[in-house]
Amino acid sequence: MPTLKLKHLLAIRWFHWINFPLLALMIWSGFLIYWAFPTYFLGPVRFPNSIFQAFHMDHRLADGMAMHFVFMWLFTINGILYVAYTIFSGEWRLLVPRSLSTFRDAWHVALYDFHLRKEKPLQDKYNAAQQVTYTAIIVMGIGSVLTGFAIYKPAQLYWLAALFGGYPMARLVHFSLTVGYCAFFVVHIVQVMLSGWNNFRSMVIGYELVQGHD
Amino acid sequence: MTNRHPEFTVSEQKLKWELRRRSRRDFLIGGAAAVAAFSGYEWLMGGKEDNSLPVRERKVLNGNGNLGVKYVSDSHLMPTYSKADYSYLKANGDIGLDPAFKPGTWQLKVQMGLNGIPDLSLKMDDIKTLPPVTMITRFCCVEGWSAVAGWKGVRFSDFTKKYFPPARQLPRYVYMTTPDEDYYVGLDTPSAMHPQTLLAYELNDKPLTPEHGAPLRLVIPTKYGIKNIKRIGSIQYTDDRPTDYWYEQGYDWFAGL
Repeated sequence: MPTLKLKHLLAIRWFHWINFPLLALMIWSGFLIYWAFPTYFLGPVRFPNSIFQAFHMDHRLADGMAMHFVFMWLFTINGILYVAYTIFSGEWRLLVPRSLSTFRDAWHVALYDFHLRKEKPLQDKYNAAQQVTYTAIIVMGIGSVLTGFAIYKPAQLYWLAALFGGYPMARLVHFSLTVGYCAFFVVHIVQVMLSGWNNFRSMVIGYELVQGHD
Repeated sequence: MTNRHPEFTVSEQKLKWELRRRSRRDFLIGGAAAVAAFSGYEWLMGGKEDNSLPVRERKVLNGNGNLGVKYVSDSHLMPTYSKADYSYLKANGDIGLDPAFKPGTWQLKVQMGLNGIPDLSLKMDDIKTLPPVTMITRFCCVEGWSAVAGWKGVRFSDFTKKYFPPARQLPRYVYMTTPDEDYYVGLDTPSAMHPQTLLAYELNDKPLTPEHGAPLRLVIPTKYGIKNIKRIGSIQYTDDRPTDYWYEQGYDWFAGL
C-alpha cells in the first residue's frame, strides 16, 4: 500500500529555495566583476568575451560590485542558518559522510548512475554520493564566504587573505569555487530530472509517495 | 525518528486527495514566495538613483563602508613586501593628467576649511622637509588585478601634523583634486591618517613618472587604486563628505580594503 513519507523538513526546503536565487545573483554579479579582469584559463579555455556581450555583462563592474556586496549578507546569513539548523535538528547525521567508506560507496553510486555497475548500493535517506556532494557544497560555501571576505578586505582581514595564500590566490580560489557551483548545478539538475516528479515535488511539499512499507 | 518523519497510511483514495491538497497548498505558497522575492528585488533595485546606483543599494554600501572604517586602525596594516616582489604596475588612468602640464609651475594648495586660517601654497621642498618613508605594498585595482610596488614619500599624518592647526579639531574628511580638478577623491580622515597613507614622490626607487602621477601622488594601500589620486593639486580638509570621481560613476564611496 502506498504511503506519504516526509522526506525534506520544512526549514531545509526554505533554506534551499532561498539559497537558489541568492546564489544565482552572487554568481551573476560575480561575473559582472570578473569581466573587468578576466584572466583565468582552464587549460586553453577562457571565459569568452562574446558571452559577456551576449548577456550584456560588459562594462558593469560598479553595478556588479554593488549587487555582490549587498546580497553577500543575505547569502551568508541563509547559509549560516542552514548549517546551524542541520546541526541542531540532527539532520547533519544523514548528510555528512560518517566514515571513509562513504567515499568508496559514493564511487559505487556514480558507477551505478552511469550504468557501469548493476546492483544499486544500499542507502539511507541520502546515498553516499549525495552525502559527499551536499557536504562538499557546504564546505565550498564556507570557502566562498571566507575567500570573499579575504579579497573584499585584504587590509583589515590580512590574516584571512594570508590563510588562502595571499590576495591573488584568494581571488583564484573564490573564482574556482564559483566554477564548481556551476558544475554542481548542471549535475544537480540532471539528477533531479532523472529522479522524476515525485522526488522534485518532495523538495516543495516535503512529502514523497512511497510504495509499501520500509 | 517517527515523530519527525511521519507517514500517512490511509486508503489510496484519501492518500491521493491528501497529496493533491498538500501539493496545491505548497506550490501556491512557493509561487507567492517567488512573487514576493521578485517584488523585493524590484523594490531594492528601484527608487531614485544616488550617484549612479539605486538609492537602497547605495545605503547598504555606505553601511558596509562605515562598518569597515570602524576597524581601520594602526593595527590593521596592509602586508609589506621586499624589493624582490616588485611587479609591473599598470598606469591605468590618465584622467586629470593633462599632457600640457608644466611640472615647474606645480604647487600644492591646502585648504583647512577653518575660519581665519589662510590657505597654504606649498612647493616640493616643503613636502620634503617631512621625514621620508619607504614602503612596499600591494596596490589593488578595483578591476581585480594587483601589483606590488615600492613607494617613497611622506606620511599624510605627518603632513597634517605639520600644516593643520594643532589646536583645532581635525575635520572628518579630506578631499583631493588634480591641478585641473578633472579627477578628485574623497577620503574619511581615519583612513587618510593611517600610517601607510603616503604623499609619494618615488615609485620603485625612481622619481614618479607623469603617467604615475608626478610630481606628488597619494598612495593609500588600504583602499582601491581609484582612491590613489595622481598629481595632487589641492588638498582640502572638510566636515562635509566630499564627492569622488568614481563614486559618481556608481562605485562605493569608501572603496576600502
